[in-house]
Amino acid sequence: MSQKTAARPLPETRNAGAPYWKAAREGQLVLPKCRRCAKPFWYPRPQCPACGADDIEWVGASGRGRVHTFTVVRQSTEPFFRGRVPFVVAMIELVEGPLLLSNVLGCDPDAVAIGMPVAVAFEQTDAGLAIPVFRPVDAA
Amino acid sequence: MKAGEVAIAGIGLAGIGWETDSSTAEIMALASRRALSDAGLAVQDVDGVFAVTPYYGMPSIVLAEQLGVRPRLTDSTTIGGASVIAQLGHAARAIAAGACEAALIAYGSTQRSDGGRLVTRADTLSFEQPYGALFPISAYAMMMQRHMHEFGTTRRQLSEVAVAASRWAALNPEALKRELLTHEQVEASPLVSDPLRKLDICLVTNGAGAIVVVSRSRAARLGRRAVSVLGCGESHDHCYLSAMPSFTTTAAVHSGRAACEMAGLGPQDMDLAQIYDAFTIMTVIGLEDLGFCAKGEGGRFVQAGIGPGARLPVNTSGGGLRWCHPGMFGIFLLVEAVRQLRGECGERQVAKARHALVHGFGGAMAGQATAVLGAGA
Repeated sequence: MSQKTAARPLPETRNAGAPYWKAAREGQLVLPKCRRCAKPFWYPRPQCPACGADDIEWVGASGRGRVHTFTVVRQSTEPFFRGRVPFVVAMIELVEGPLLLSNVLGCDPDAVAIGMPVAVAFEQTDAGLAIPVFRPVDAA
Repeated sequence: MKAGEVAIAGIGLAGIGWETDSSTAEIMALASRRALSDAGLAVQDVDGVFAVTPYYGMPSIVLAEQLGVRPRLTDSTTIGGASVIAQLGHAARAIAAGACEAALIAYGSTQRSDGGRLVTRADTLSFEQPYGALFPISAYAMMMQRHMHEFGTTRRQLSEVAVAASRWAALNPEALKRELLTHEQVEASPLVSDPLRKLDICLVTNGAGAIVVVSRSRAARLGRRAVSVLGCGESHDHCYLSAMPSFTTTAAVHSGRAACEMAGLGPQDMDLAQIYDAFTIMTVIGLEDLGFCAKGEGGRFVQAGIGPGARLPVNTSGGGLRWCHPGMFGIFLLVEAVRQLRGECGERQVAKARHALVHGFGGAMAGQATAVLGAGA
């Protein structure tokens, strides 16, 4: 068998989310924010999903949040993730409000719980992209 | 459209099982012919074709071509497992408005023979792509986890959904899994995406189903046992997990309310319910959102009983967990409800079944469609 590891499935980095992936490459978590609603939202769209305004700005996020819900993936048919099982997929409720789907890494999957405080980290890919993931931290 | 103006005049199934040499289009066409024959209609009578399947980009056109039909109304609405229930609403309104007279609605998939796993056209949001969530299993797992956290829903209550399904399937000669399950067996089955275990998850099978919808007066002329379409509703409030307003409440609240309002009936009037059960948690959330119990009470509701002899019999065929599950289960929910309301269910027949609520979920609890059906036309 080849020693070459399978590549991670990568996101589309064009479209409305382009600034998100550009900031991630620079180690920053940013969110689209509607100037009219004065609220950040997720996921990036050219118009605000709440009010329809196209007056969108990108704002820095703290990168802190809590696990809203999660699952431990025990099997996968996708080669990259097959090599990672078991791993945690979670919805992270950022302190800014939006819920992000991500992984919780850096701890035993069985130690993850709803409400667990987490902070963003970035996983580098061979393709030069940085993928936002989360790690447990002490409660602020 | 008024309640009861339109009726389901025929049902048909084909290719349900583990192995087939037929194509999806072929078993959809066979189920369609059987439904037409059950209704006492010929293929030439069909002037509305409604179809969905993950196999073709234009399902209603593919099915019409298999059958040799040139319809004046065509509909390939794709909202996952809710699709055909939404199409039933579309067909009923079209018939009531005179846009077609005999509507055929069909689904099919040969996913078991073609690869042994779910065939779906659902896509993943680009922002969710790099994280390895299993579609749609991990989505339901996260809803289950959150439901257990918020409402204290227990592992044992969720196991009861699978156990009740096995008791119904034991009474259904067509069910592909007929052995009884114990709570312990469900809870000892392997974790797939915590807290979902293998026996919380539907089967992967082949199969096709179809129904024929006509006006009440046409159904009366056909002289067959028809079932009235009393109400229908549809909705959705997100597509992807990243845009879900809630991990414990779905837009079934809205589709269910619309269907009940049209019918002039409430959950308390239902003699049985068919609620899409690709995962045990769906039945629990469905019972809550459709108004059979308050939010958070679904676990206790199923614990009190949804199996044979229960006050509210749920998924009387054994459902997607035990009867069959060729992907989008909606058509099989409708077929079982029609059979119950026609009194054709043998050992699993619900006594005095007059009203049934049928609900389909699509994607990650995204697409929602509800129908209320009544015995007789």
